[in-house]
Amino acid sequence: MTRHRGRGIASVNYPIGMNLGGDPSQALVHSNPSGKFTVALSSIDLGQGMKSVTRQICAETLGVPVEDVYVDTADSDTGPHCMGSFASRGTHRVGNAVMAAAREARGVMMEAAAEELEVSAADLETDGRGNIHVKGAPHRSISTKDVAIAAQFKQGKTISGRGIFLVPLSNVDPETGEMSPATCYAHACLVAEVEVDDETGEVTMIRMDSAYELGRALNPRLVEQQLVGGAWMGVSHALYETPEPYYPDPVHGPRDFVEYIMPGPGDICPHDIAVLERPAPDGPFGAKGPGEMCANPVLPAVANAIFNAVGVRIDDLPITPEKVLRAIKAEGGARPQARR
Amino acid sequence: MLELRKDIFADERDDNLNEIGKGTQRQDMLGHVTGTSSYFNDHKLQGMLHLKVVRSTHSHARIRRIDTADAERSSGVRRIIRGSDVPRNLNTLLSLINFGKDDEPSLAVDKVRYKGEPILAIVADSERKAFEAIAKVRIDYEPLPTVFDVEDALKAGAPVVNETYPKNAFIYHDVYDHQKLRFGDADAALATADHVLEQRYQMSPIEHAPTETNGSIAAPDTNGRYVVYTSTQALFFSVDTCAKILDVPSNTFHFIGGTVGGGFGGKVDTLTEPLCILGAMLTGRPVRYVFGREEEMQYGPPRGAERIYIKDGVMRDGRVVARKVRAYFDSGAYTRLSSYAAVKCAAHLPGPYTIPNVYGDVYCVFTNRTPATAMRGFGVTAMDFAIECQMDKLANLVGMDPMEFRILNAYRDGDMKAHRREAKNTALIECVQVAAEKAKWPIRDEFKRASSRKDGRGSRAAVPRTPTDTRGGTTAPTQQRTTYDRQPTTALREPPREPPPPPPQPPRPAAPSHGAGRFSSVFGTRRR
Repeated sequence: MTRHRGRGIASVNYPIGMNLGGDPSQALVHSNPSGKFTVALSSIDLGQGMKSVTRQICAETLGVPVEDVYVDTADSDTGPHCMGSFASRGTHRVGNAVMAAAREARGVMMEAAAEELEVSAADLETDGRGNIHVKGAPHRSISTKDVAIAAQFKQGKTISGRGIFLVPLSNVDPETGEMSPATCYAHACLVAEVEVDDETGEVTMIRMDSAYELGRALNPRLVEQQLVGGAWMGVSHALYETPEPYYPDPVHGPRDFVEYIMPGPGDICPHDIAVLERPAPDGPFGAKGPGEMCANPVLPAVANAIFNAVGVRIDDLPITPEKVLRAIKAEGGARPQARR
Repeated sequence: MLELRKDIFADERDDNLNEIGKGTQRQDMLGHVTGTSSYFNDHKLQGMLHLKVVRSTHSHARIRRIDTADAERSSGVRRIIRGSDVPRNLNTLLSLINFGKDDEPSLAVDKVRYKGEPILAIVADSERKAFEAIAKVRIDYEPLPTVFDVEDALKAGAPVVNETYPKNAFIYHDVYDHQKLRFGDADAALATADHVLEQRYQMSPIEHAPTETNGSIAAPDTNGRYVVYTSTQALFFSVDTCAKILDVPSNTFHFIGGTVGGGFGGKVDTLTEPLCILGAMLTGRPVRYVFGREEEMQYGPPRGAERIYIKDGVMRDGRVVARKVRAYFDSGAYTRLSSYAAVKCAAHLPGPYTIPNVYGDVYCVFTNRTPATAMRGFGVTAMDFAIECQMDKLANLVGMDPMEFRILNAYRDGDMKAHRREAKNTALIECVQVAAEKAKWPIRDEFKRASSRKDGRGSRAAVPRTPTDTRGGTTAPTQQRTTYDRQPTTALREPPREPPPPPPQPPRPAAPSHGAGRFSSVFGTRRR
């Protein structure tokens, strides 16, 4: 028996938001009399960080610290319409809606501050720490809390904003498929290194190196969480998972996690990630979205690495030891390709 | 390990920001790591009943007779719900965006089309009592021939899975049994290419396997409204789907969700809410309907499998000159969202490369398996697998390094894409270069110097002369109904009607002081 190492690559792009557009999201932002802001959404946080990323977008746009913003999600009585958390649309679509709402709220906040400081709103700026001051004269300052109190109890102004983001629905030409599927695309390239046992057909992940271009990493730790988790799912899709192991024959369906095999902690490999940021012209602060696409390059990169290691092509997923072993036997043994 | 490469595309960004770009801790972190975040299933309500469904044991069968006499007498059973109890027992999810025909009942009436299809819903005092009653239901089936392979399903004489689509294929634009993509003349280019490579790829179905299975809890609220705690990934999608199926105004419902234990696409289908709310309407009690793990794995919709054929023409210098693709999406017994994904797949061709001649036919096919639905990378993941394995084979065929081969063929700013829109804001080349650097994979200087921002446009921006065809056309376009008009159609089993008033018997808790205040949480924290 021999263990053979091989490397494979794949490069991909991914459309952001629902295909063809037509998938609006709304946001409402308002301040309480202490200058603390609430973002009301009907969007969902599936664990990906929707609440956190919209919170940062809102804080940045308002010019207040992130601690002064709280995001409330998914209540159909209080949150305005959102198409949902899917199609890599959260950051881009909902983020833009929150940005628009926060911009409107900021406009009122600056007007209220201008009235208190007796200057023009155009001469004011936020310091991002909870204060508004005259440009070039930081001592002529008022806190957002005092602005909110004045707006509510003295000026009778509501520091609030409404936002919506909609990519208009595109037609599809029946004859040619001409269409506008998406306004921006994320990109990735991933190198997978594997070790293939030519006696058992087992494939072990050795390491992954990748580069993802995501417009802007609004929160690099959330991006890392998505990319690491997504790559794990890619490995799982490539080598392990299926509810129908002999598809299209529907036999041997799993019923639990004993029968449905996924990689465990011991099957994870080091993954070195680089993030590139080419801002999308219509993204919130240029952001696209890392959600779905991070799993995609792993599947073909692993398949290509297996070819590099033992010279067999498995074009049916998942690439189980059974399939690898049968393919090696059909070739009369492993045929390692040039090391790279 | 994550490294931010701020040096690349720096001239296109303003990095002078306060909160954006910081690794701020998640707003919900403390709740998640201390186990106090509230999920739908943390709402244990007083007097709550439990709903479970009777599922088909056949993949394809006519239902001759349903005998519930013993089940009705079973201990703890409050209500047995049949298809005829569902106000509008036919729906398709994307009717909300005017796409496709209603083709799926909430509860099967005279035929089942996949193993595990719900036929009856039983509302009982506990899940155990519901399961005991399910065991006492007798259903007389007449098994029908089945079809599980997408290409077999499209052959003449194949069993008709779903009568709404008698050819076992979704109908696009009222005319074609597939979505076409035509750009340039792929056949002519294949005829003159130095090498032609045709390959078959098969994606597997995949289970989403969320930590939290699909489920919801519905309860009568004041003023004839219903509060619904749900694991949905798309709150208003679920609200509107329930309003349609139960034929009530959407503001009948107060949906609360937002904190969900993983979705990956498997919580878009509004699988539990309609029956759960109907159970609450019919009993006047809170009702909980949660999938067990086996239900989630077997009958919760999986990622659909796709079968893909790619035929490429490549020149000795490494330029791919033609790509011809035929792809079959296995939708299972009903449409759900696969019809949408097939169009997304057509738009994705030929991958992130500039290929002057591209031809695609993408089919959404019905088979006798659990309906498929969205999953991470919907419409794209399988195609990326096929395209990227194919690219590796092509590079091998012409003796090129696979990284350099991709940079050579990569799309660049100003190129015309096959769906006839200009490529903008591209960055594939830079990703390949950085991945090569990280992996210490040597590429030649000319490829290190390549850029997404140069050498595109010009002749690469042209739309080539494109022959079209009418292959795959179907007759009877008038049968296609693509709009959601809220009017009952002849296909409905019975006309819509008001949900029946709750029976008087169930114990009613004390009058609420406000909103949903009559409910208590046994564990977890109430959201508001």
